[in-house]
Amino acid sequence: MPPGAVRRSIDWGKALPLVGPVVLLVLWDLVVRFGLIKAILLPLPGDTLATLVSGLLGGNLLTHFWVTLERTLLAFAIAAGVGMPLGIVLGSAERAYRSVEFLVDFFRSTPASALIPLFLLIFGISDVNKVAIAAFGAFLIVVFNSAYGVINARKQRVMAARVMGATRWQIFRDVLFWESLQPSFVGLRSAVSMALVIVVVAEMFIGSENGLGHKIIDAQQVMNVKVMYAAIMAAGILGYLLNVAFLFIERRVVHWSGR
Amino acid sequence: MNAVLNAPVYADVPRQPFRPGPSGTHITIRGLTKYFAGWPLYENFDLDIPKGKITSVFGPNGCGKSTLINMIAGLVPIDAGEILFDGKSLKDTRIGYVFQNYREALFPWMRTIDNIAYPLKLAGFTKAEVDRRMQELVASFDVKFDLNRYPYELSGGQQQTASIMRALAPRPEVLFLDEPFSALDFEMTLFIREKLQEVFIQTGTTMMLVSHDLEEAVYLADHVLLLTKRPTSVADLLVYDDPRPRTVQTLTEPSFVQTKKKSLEIFQREVRK
Repeated sequence: MPPGAVRRSIDWGKALPLVGPVVLLVLWDLVVRFGLIKAILLPLPGDTLATLVSGLLGGNLLTHFWVTLERTLLAFAIAAGVGMPLGIVLGSAERAYRSVEFLVDFFRSTPASALIPLFLLIFGISDVNKVAIAAFGAFLIVVFNSAYGVINARKQRVMAARVMGATRWQIFRDVLFWESLQPSFVGLRSAVSMALVIVVVAEMFIGSENGLGHKIIDAQQVMNVKVMYAAIMAAGILGYLLNVAFLFIERRVVHWSGR
Repeated sequence: MNAVLNAPVYADVPRQPFRPGPSGTHITIRGLTKYFAGWPLYENFDLDIPKGKITSVFGPNGCGKSTLINMIAGLVPIDAGEILFDGKSLKDTRIGYVFQNYREALFPWMRTIDNIAYPLKLAGFTKAEVDRRMQELVASFDVKFDLNRYPYELSGGQQQTASIMRALAPRPEVLFLDEPFSALDFEMTLFIREKLQEVFIQTGTTMMLVSHDLEEAVYLADHVLLLTKRPTSVADLLVYDDPRPRTVQTLTEPSFVQTKKKSLEIFQREVRK
């Protein structure tokens, strides 16, 4: 090393999150190359990634990606728009919440996919159906979390507002609503994941011409495994990005969370 | 707030005529009764809190020191009795309250300055009035930190300073302090204690201070209220009238030592009972 040169130590700590994916890809590659799994069931990771990238860069995978995203966001918007106000109102009237608690818990525990046939009867085989059932599943999660956010609001903050002479409405507007935001956001984040799950399932099994779910089942039917895996990965990317986006928004809005 | 809940069945016994406290009384408590899980915590409890003085409340664990000020401040409902402020009920009285746990008392979604101004906005002050009052508060507390920060960005002592400023913002007639120093380190405790004394000298606001530190209780007090074990009654009410501002020297004055010693004796007598 020439004198005076600064030796840069590489910060390996930052590379740690990459270890898992790289190991997985290498294992995947080896398993296929050595014929442990037939290439007809599992294509090489390089080929799959190439299909994924070309598909998302203007190929028709991108169209399916947007369709699924649109349905998910629409279902989520309905769920959040109705669920959050309703949850907050129910939570601040605890007796009202107790009277519907069983229903919320019951339907929250019922797999939403089990209700697909029911929704088929009501909405028929339509785009509305997919959005409706996803919105329903997400809605219950939002209501539950928002209501509990209000119910579990820090009692001392409520007392502080009361001792300063706040009315019931002012306590609701200035304390309970804000207190409920953090748990509400937890609910919103789970709700968007739930909406995506249901949308993809609905796209698979409720006659659909587009969407990632449709693409996956379509490719599987004709044993086009490269496209199938690429579509699965696209769905994974979509879910991951939605989660990251919501975490970002949550940190911005509920800036006091965890501090 | 002072409505009689769970009214006793013998309610038709004629009520005792109201007995006002001696002159200079601010808060009169008459026949205060409070049950916890079927056991009396306070039963027919009478007390007069003087106006323009600091009254420290001290007593054995579980005797309901905090419950007492919470009942007076209307945060805990009472089972029977009457609490009047200069003859008025609580709803006609402006009060301030400082909690022990400042983290859960301030609103983290508001900037510190908005936290302090919050009671003024509730009281319907105009923007100009709020600004003027805030300037006064900042000046009298000699605030050295940035009030535009959120509470969670401040140190514990700064947060508790902000809590006290918030409680004092609407110029309350009575200020309640529930162990305001317990969650602070020693340095901050000394600092805020001095601030509190300064504010008291400036404004002469009636204060009720719950403390578990006898030295602190006596140091700040004009009156030391010593309570018994439950069912709680007044063990003694000591007057401590060394001049203010009190300083570190005060702690070694014979009158201070004497009052503290007497308080401790009464306390120990009550604990052993």
